[in-house]
Amino acid sequence: MITVQNLTKKYGQQTVLNLDHLEIPRGQSFGLVGNNGAGKTTFFSLLLDLIQPSSGHIVNNGVQVNTSEEWKPFTSSFIDETFLIGYLTPEEYFYFIGDLRGQNKADVDALLGQFEDFFHGEILGQKKYLRDLSKGNQKKAGIVASFIGNPQVVILDEPFANLDPTTQIRLKGIIKDLAAKDNVTVLVSSHDLIHVTEVCERIVVLNKGEMVKDIKTSTETLKELEEFFAG
Amino acid sequence: MFKRFASLQWKSFFRSANFGKSLAVKILMGFFAVYMLVVLAASGAGIYFLLRKAVPDQSPMWTLSQYLIYWVLIELFLRYFMQKLPVMDIKPFLTTPVKKSSIAHYILGRSAASMYNLLSLFFFVPFCIVLLFEGYPVLNVLLWLVAIMAIVLSINYLNLLINKSDKALAVIGGIIVTSYALDYFGVFSIKDVFGPIFHGLYAYPITVLVPLVLAVFIYYINYKFLHDKIYLDASLKPKKVQANTNDLAWTKRFGDLGTFLQLDLKMIWRNKRTKSQVWISLLFVFYGLIFYTQEIYASMMPMKAFLGVFMTGIFLSNFGQFIPAWDSSYYSMMMSQNIPLRKYLESKALLISVSVVFMFLLTIPYVYFGWEALAINFGCALYNLGVNIPVILYFGSFNKKRIELDQSPFGNMQGTSANQFLIMVPVLIVPILIFSLFYYLFSVTVGVTVLCVLGLIGLVLKNTLMDKVTEQYRKKKYGMIAGFKEKNS
Repeated sequence: MITVQNLTKKYGQQTVLNLDHLEIPRGQSFGLVGNNGAGKTTFFSLLLDLIQPSSGHIVNNGVQVNTSEEWKPFTSSFIDETFLIGYLTPEEYFYFIGDLRGQNKADVDALLGQFEDFFHGEILGQKKYLRDLSKGNQKKAGIVASFIGNPQVVILDEPFANLDPTTQIRLKGIIKDLAAKDNVTVLVSSHDLIHVTEVCERIVVLNKGEMVKDIKTSTETLKELEEFFAG
Repeated sequence: MFKRFASLQWKSFFRSANFGKSLAVKILMGFFAVYMLVVLAASGAGIYFLLRKAVPDQSPMWTLSQYLIYWVLIELFLRYFMQKLPVMDIKPFLTTPVKKSSIAHYILGRSAASMYNLLSLFFFVPFCIVLLFEGYPVLNVLLWLVAIMAIVLSINYLNLLINKSDKALAVIGGIIVTSYALDYFGVFSIKDVFGPIFHGLYAYPITVLVPLVLAVFIYYINYKFLHDKIYLDASLKPKKVQANTNDLAWTKRFGDLGTFLQLDLKMIWRNKRTKSQVWISLLFVFYGLIFYTQEIYASMMPMKAFLGVFMTGIFLSNFGQFIPAWDSSYYSMMMSQNIPLRKYLESKALLISVSVVFMFLLTIPYVYFGWEALAINFGCALYNLGVNIPVILYFGSFNKKRIELDQSPFGNMQGTSANQFLIMVPVLIVPILIFSLFYYLFSVTVGVTVLCVLGLIGLVLKNTLMDKVTEQYRKKKYGMIAGFKEKNS
C-alpha cells in the first residue's frame, strides 16, 4: 500500500529523517515508536505532503504523494489539534469533513452512531465549540473525524496521549478492528510501548531519523522494545 | 514583590511575539503611534484657542466643561472595545507563595498604567500648560488636572467592573445618543446640567476630593471583587460561549462551493476579529460624508475615485488581504484533506463579491452629491469585482503569518507583514491613477467607462485568472504550512 524509497529530510546540515526502503502492505496496523526528535512526525508530515522531501519519495497506493494529489480521497489523518477547526461544534466539523469526503449527513450520522460509547456522551449535542472542549475530547473528535469517508489509509500521530483509560482501551479495539475487518492500513505513532505492542502487527523503531528496528509483533516484542529504550 | 511583578511584566512585553515583528512594520507602527500622540497633544494645546474663537463670550474652560460629560461617556463606550481584563496571566502565581491581596493590587495597579489612561494625559497636560500661560490660577489648574486624572482612573476601574457586558455597552451607547439628541434638539440641555458640575472641579479646588474619593472607592470595590475571585473556576476562566448551531442550509444551493461558504460564514461570525472586520467595514459607508460634504473636494474627481474604490472595497481589502491566513490555525488539515483548492478560493471570491455589491448599494444615497459620485462608485465597484478580487487573492498566497482568530482586532497586528502594505499599491492606487489619467485627458465619463471595461474584462477572464491564482497557492503551499505553524510570528 505504502512504499518509501530513499526518503530523506534535511534542515540545513541536519538530517532529521533517512529511510532507505520501507514497505507497508494493505491492511497492516503499523506502529512507529521513537524518542522525541526521532522523526515520527516528520515521516507522517511527508506522508501527507505537508513538507517536501529533500530526496526520495513516498508512493501511496500507486500515487506518488509529492507530485499528485490523488492520494487524498483515500487517506485520512489526525496529527494534532491544529487539524480541528476551533469555531465549529463537533457535529459541524464532522459534517464538514463528510462534505469534503463525499459523505452526506446521513452517512456521517451512521458512522458517528458506531462511536457513541467512544464519545462517552461528551462530544455530541454539547452545544460547545471544539476550541472549548478539553484536550482529550478534542482528540476524540479528531480521531473519529479521520474515520469518516471509508479511508483506506488512516494516519494517527500519538492517538493515545491525553486520552482517559477507558477511551484508550476502546481506541485500541477500534484500531485493531479497522485493520483486521475493514482491511484499512493504519499508521500509529506512540510513546507508549504497551499500547503499540497491543495494537500493531508490526513495529518500526526510529532513532535520530534512522530505522533501527523492524519487528513483527510477538509476545517478546514489549520486552525487546523496553530493553532497547532502556539503552 | 511588586518589583518582581513589574520586572515580569517588562519581560513579557519585550519578549512577546509581537515584539519580534519585522523591522519595517515596527517602524511604521511607531510612526503612526508618534503621529497620533502628536495630534493629541497638539489638539490639547490648540483647543483652548479654538474654543475661545468658537465661543468668544465664554471662558474656554467653561465651554470645555460642558462637553466633559460626553468625553466621559464616549470614553466608557470606547473602552469596552479597547481594554481587556488583565487577569489571565496570573495563573502561574496561584500555586506560588504570593498573597492574593498582592496579586489583586498588582492586576489593578497595572491597569492604571495602561496606554488608554496615558492617552488622556497627552490631551489634558498640554491644555493645562496653555491655561497656565494664559494666566489661569496655578492651584486651580493643577488640581483640576488631578481631578481629571482621577476621573480617568474611575472610568478605567468602572470599565473593569462592567466587565465586557454587552448590556452595559448598549445602555451607555443609548445614553450618549439620547442625551446628544436632547441637547441638539433643545428639548433638555444635558450640557447645562453637567457643565457647572465639571466646571466646579476647576472653580473650587477643594472639590478635587470628590473624583479622588470616587476613584479610590471604585478601586476598592474592584479589589474586593477580584480578591474573592482569584480562583481558576471563577474570574480566571475565559467565558465559554454556548454554541449557536445554525446549519445554514441555504448555502447548499451553491453546490460544492456551499461547504466552504458555510465554513467562511461561520468563521466570520464566530470569531472576534473577523466579526469586527464586518462591523468596521459597514461603518466605512459613512466615510464618504467627510469628503462629499466639503467644498474643496466637490470638484476633486480623483478623491471621489479614492472614495469609490475604498468604500466599495473596504471588506475586500480588510478581509481579503489576510486570505488564507484566516484559516491558518488549521491550514495543515485543509491541505491534507480532500480539498479542491479552486473551490476554496472561489468561495472566498464569492463572499468578497457579495460584500462589494452590498457596499455599492449602501453608497447609492451619495447620488445626492451629484451623479458623478454614483457613476464613479459604480465604476469602482465593477473594477473591484473584476480586477481587485483576483489581485488580492493572488497576493494572499504570499501570506505566511499566523492569525489567532479569537483575539481582539484592535491594534492587533497579527498576520501583518510588508505584504499588507505592498498590496495597497495595486488594489487602491492603480485604479485611482487609471481613473485620474483618463479623467484629465478626457472626462469623467471616459474615466468611469475605462474602470467599468477593465472590471468587465476581469469578470470575463475570471476562470483563467482563478486558475493562475490556484496554481500560485499550490506552489506556495509548503511555505504557508510552515509559516502558519509558527505561533509566535
